[in-house]
Amino acid sequence: MTLAVLNISWQTLADALSLGGIYALMAVGIGLVFGVLRLVNFAYGQLVMAGAYAIAYASVWGWPIWAGVLLCFAVVLTLSAAMDRLVFRPLRTQSPAVMLVATFAVAFLLQSIAVLSFGQLGAIASSMGSLNQPWDIGGVEFRKIAIVSVVVAAACLALLQVLLTRTSVGLHMRAAAMDFATARMLGVRANRVIGLAVLISGLLAAVSALMLTARNPQVTPIFGLDDTIIVLAGVVLGGLTRPIPATLGGFTIGFGSGILGGALPTNQSQYLPTFLFAAVILVLLVRPNGLFTRPGLSAVERL
Amino acid sequence: MKRLPELLGPAALVLATALLGLVVSASLQTYFLDTLVKVSIVVALYVFIGNSGVLSFGHIAFVALGVWTAGVLTVPESQKGAIMPGIAGFILHANVGNVPSLLFAVVVGMVFAFAVGLPLMRLSGLAAGIATFGVLEITNNVLRYWQKIGPGLNAFSSVPQTTGIWQAAIGALVCVAVAYAYQRSRFGRQLRATREDSAAASAVGISIHRQRLIAFALSGGLAGLAGGLYVHLLPIEIDSLYLDLTFITLAMLVVGGSGSLLGAVVGALAVSGLDSFLSAAENGVNIFGWNVNLPTGTAVIVIGALMAVVLVVRPSGLSGGRELSLRWLRR
Repeated sequence: MTLAVLNISWQTLADALSLGGIYALMAVGIGLVFGVLRLVNFAYGQLVMAGAYAIAYASVWGWPIWAGVLLCFAVVLTLSAAMDRLVFRPLRTQSPAVMLVATFAVAFLLQSIAVLSFGQLGAIASSMGSLNQPWDIGGVEFRKIAIVSVVVAAACLALLQVLLTRTSVGLHMRAAAMDFATARMLGVRANRVIGLAVLISGLLAAVSALMLTARNPQVTPIFGLDDTIIVLAGVVLGGLTRPIPATLGGFTIGFGSGILGGALPTNQSQYLPTFLFAAVILVLLVRPNGLFTRPGLSAVERL
Repeated sequence: MKRLPELLGPAALVLATALLGLVVSASLQTYFLDTLVKVSIVVALYVFIGNSGVLSFGHIAFVALGVWTAGVLTVPESQKGAIMPGIAGFILHANVGNVPSLLFAVVVGMVFAFAVGLPLMRLSGLAAGIATFGVLEITNNVLRYWQKIGPGLNAFSSVPQTTGIWQAAIGALVCVAVAYAYQRSRFGRQLRATREDSAAASAVGISIHRQRLIAFALSGGLAGLAGGLYVHLLPIEIDSLYLDLTFITLAMLVVGGSGSLLGAVVGALAVSGLDSFLSAAENGVNIFGWNVNLPTGTAVIVIGALMAVVLVVRPSGLSGGRELSLRWLRR
């Protein structure tokens, strides 16, 4: 059963949706921190990688799944708190370029540590493997993880939306993302807002790690790196300054790359990044502020 | 004349590195050669990033094109079939010598940078960063898999290894001299004005797009040259011209201080020197009778940590973004 026009199967569609969902979560994680710190966290992928290693080693040690999940959250949250305290906070007043390169350095450091301590070959996160099995719905087989990740992503985003729009701390975060200096003058506590943004961003990284390991149980030191690069492009594509455009950007690029991966003939599938980034560049040239932003609320300007 | 130290300082550092490379043993010399090529790459980065204040993640694409150009033009015709099985006829029969291949690398780097810069230089900030990164992704992806135009995933082996210490030093000096000439020219000054205050620069009639484009094309040419030098130094593969090289060269620029030519050279020499020393120490080195033997992988960790520490403690880099000046020397 296929969507005959594009020659795209329902499985591809479901897979693309689930990739879009995971990328949307990562995009929110990156976008929230950018909102309050004006910092693009390139080391986000290494947070995901660390979480994935936690799950992998928990399953190697024979821990039950819930313990592995707990370990994953603990590792990722500790790392992101440490990153905030040791790197982001001292650099808060620096230019975005310096902060971005600093997160490069952190990414480089974490990746080297992973190579040294766990080796290049990586570990298998087998505990999440059951989610990779097919599920028969109306004669079409879907991978369970495709459905689970769409549902989890939607739930996380809904919770986040409630937090941002219905609580006072969410209001503080949105105010800080709009104009940090003015928000502080009006009584928003900088450290608290930034700390919370980093915490939520870490939570989302841990959730992404869980779902990415279910999709691909082979955890290596570069786990999540390619995904992060694509998500970063997606976040900028959507519009970095506000959570919803950033989320939509992440979803779009995940969904787009899923569909493109399914639609490209096999002998051309290795050129997927070329098509993807050509599309990103084209969109940026037409809408440099992002696809989903309204005019007048931009972080970038066109010359 | 008053401004001459701005050129002579970095040039003297390059020359001193080259001379030091002449006296050490052959196995140590490879580190010096590699360092000199890194200096060329970082100076090429500086010409655009330093003067414009816009971050580019795409310059390693121009280095890769320089590698590709000089590589496919100098692999002996008899070997081309073996290294590049799918190669198209016009490349198979094109062969030039060492110096012309470097010139072609410059031209290809420059033309490509101009072509992609024409639309991309309208962007700024993060959009520019992501778009230039897209250029790197696409270049890497195409060179890696399109076997009609190159060796694909194979290394550029059989390229004549003509980058000795002199060729590496001259290449780095050319980059330094061009960077100096550019930043003293009216183009360089105009671009620096846009970096300091883009609104004011536009108001006095400077075209930001045109000035950025000039710098982008120029630095693309220098990056191409660096790539040409690189492929003549060792049998390199396209895969090694990707994220890691982008990280390390950007880190060199930022650690040195992206605001000055001196910073670019100092950063490249300092990080590269430390990296070389640590990599050598992983295999065991003897320093004044004291045997140092570090565990494998120390180098990458120390470099990563050092980069983070320098950025936290001294965000404007080792040079503080200042050039060497006579006043500074007299003080």
